[in-house]
Amino acid sequence: MNERPLTVRMPANGGFVDLRAYEQAGGYQGLRKALRMAPKDVTAEVKKSGLQGRGGAGFPTGLKWSFTPVGPDAPKPKYVVCNADEMEPGTFKDRLLLERDPHQLIEGMIIAGHATEADVGYLFIRGEYHLSGARARHAIEEARAAGYLGRNILGSPLSYEIYVHMSAGRYMCGEETGLLNALEGKRANPRAKPPFPPVVGAFGKPTVVNNVETLCNVPHILAHGAEWFQSLSKTKDAGTKLYGASGKVKKPGLWELPMGTTVGEILFEHAGGMQDGLALRGLLPGGASTDFLTSDHLNVPMDFTEVAKVGSRMGTGTMIVLDDKTCPVGMIGNLEHFFAQESCGWCTPCWSGLGWADRLLAAIEAGRGEAGDLEKLEHIARLCSPGNSFCALAPGAAEPLQSGLKYFRDDFQRHITEKRCPWR
Amino acid sequence: MLTTEERQEIEAELAHYPTKQAVCIDAMKIVQKHRGWLSDESLRDIAETLDMSLAELDGVASFYNLLLRKPVGRHVIWICDSVSCWIMGYERQRAHLERRLGISPGQTTPDNRFTLLPIVCLGCCDRAPAMMVGEDLHTNLTPETVDGILERYK
Repeated sequence: MNERPLTVRMPANGGFVDLRAYEQAGGYQGLRKALRMAPKDVTAEVKKSGLQGRGGAGFPTGLKWSFTPVGPDAPKPKYVVCNADEMEPGTFKDRLLLERDPHQLIEGMIIAGHATEADVGYLFIRGEYHLSGARARHAIEEARAAGYLGRNILGSPLSYEIYVHMSAGRYMCGEETGLLNALEGKRANPRAKPPFPPVVGAFGKPTVVNNVETLCNVPHILAHGAEWFQSLSKTKDAGTKLYGASGKVKKPGLWELPMGTTVGEILFEHAGGMQDGLALRGLLPGGASTDFLTSDHLNVPMDFTEVAKVGSRMGTGTMIVLDDKTCPVGMIGNLEHFFAQESCGWCTPCWSGLGWADRLLAAIEAGRGEAGDLEKLEHIARLCSPGNSFCALAPGAAEPLQSGLKYFRDDFQRHITEKRCPWR
Repeated sequence: MLTTEERQEIEAELAHYPTKQAVCIDAMKIVQKHRGWLSDESLRDIAETLDMSLAELDGVASFYNLLLRKPVGRHVIWICDSVSCWIMGYERQRAHLERRLGISPGQTTPDNRFTLLPIVCLGCCDRAPAMMVGEDLHTNLTPETVDGILERYK
């Protein structure tokens, strides 16, 4: 059995896996097996596999599914929503899955539909991913024609449809409850939790929301079993992971590797190390909203558990690399500008605090920083910490800010003392 | 007035959702696809079709990055300004575009050919810097390749 279940079928020429190629490679066998199982047994198998949400939070997928009421008394209709709103800066993994092998996602969404006895699946794709949308729609048409969607799928009691929603663009749509508001035709503000979406989700009905990479793993877990899935990993967190690297490395890209591959192996063996003449200053391990790591952390296994132990998060697993010829203050300023702009305005620490951080960082970078600015930035990072806002946008924005102030303190200080950016 | 074609496309979306309002973002994207942008009149027609208030619909329209409430040129250039493109020096490409087109972000060329707009991370960070022209993604940009790309859009 192969060790790269998510990417092994993708043709080398950049094309995509169509229905016939997918079926020839064993596609839709996981669904056939799942349909012979009771929904709660499917959820139990996913739970046993140890699959954790690949959108960044790492919540156990089977556990999330198990919160959905099932059985004759459960509310109807129920929904599965695939979160394909990949808008975390530095993240480009779900695009690959959508563009190159869309059927494994469709199969995963159907299995999730069976496990939670759902009626409709919505595939929520960010609006800029035009090719992803086209290929997903094509795969859905193929699946419908082959009897994998529609009434009584493959002769089972499951009747299920999948529709694509192309978003109109806003980072907040990636937040689970913001996404549900967007799907309902509203501003993507977050909702108060509880109730959580598996109980009260889209249109007030039970809804499971899962990331693209998460759902793509599901058919393989059903086809090959929970033990096989666990055996793919190097550490306790199960499966493979799509890891990526961007920034001034020799070979930026994306690789499916065993979960728990170290930061150093990804950076030096797969991304080829730093470009000639440049040295590593730091990296954000899993997108814009994760704390910086440094060259002290190259031996850390990239999984949910181990990266958390050194004060950061694996997040989306796609690292953004900072070199010694790029200004860390400018980089953090770019990040906080993004978060300030994309804040939905619902919670005060977020809309007020991040705008303030954005302006302070721009002033420091432009040589107008003042004594006390760094303490103000630390204060804002504390205000944005978990528990002070409805969703994870503000805490995420605080992560590169607080860790940047820690690791690059001297660089910040030089901007203020010299009244200029030393890199410009 | 919405055209017959716009109405039909909106009807098709309505079949996928339990409420009319759920379709409003799709409806605005449909109208924008045909007309280039969303005028006050377009919003009034969409709001009426979906039994929404105009204020409610405009609240949604003004929230999303890809919904345009002002006229734009024939081709919208969306240049990514997020972190990986920033590290890879996208500011050079932006300055080049501004010089070449004689406009700043948010503006349209006098011949109505191009509008230049910033956009958040386009999700192709391993091929940064990147931009979209209309729906076409262009990556690994340099000032030279930017010139060649612009030639393709008349």
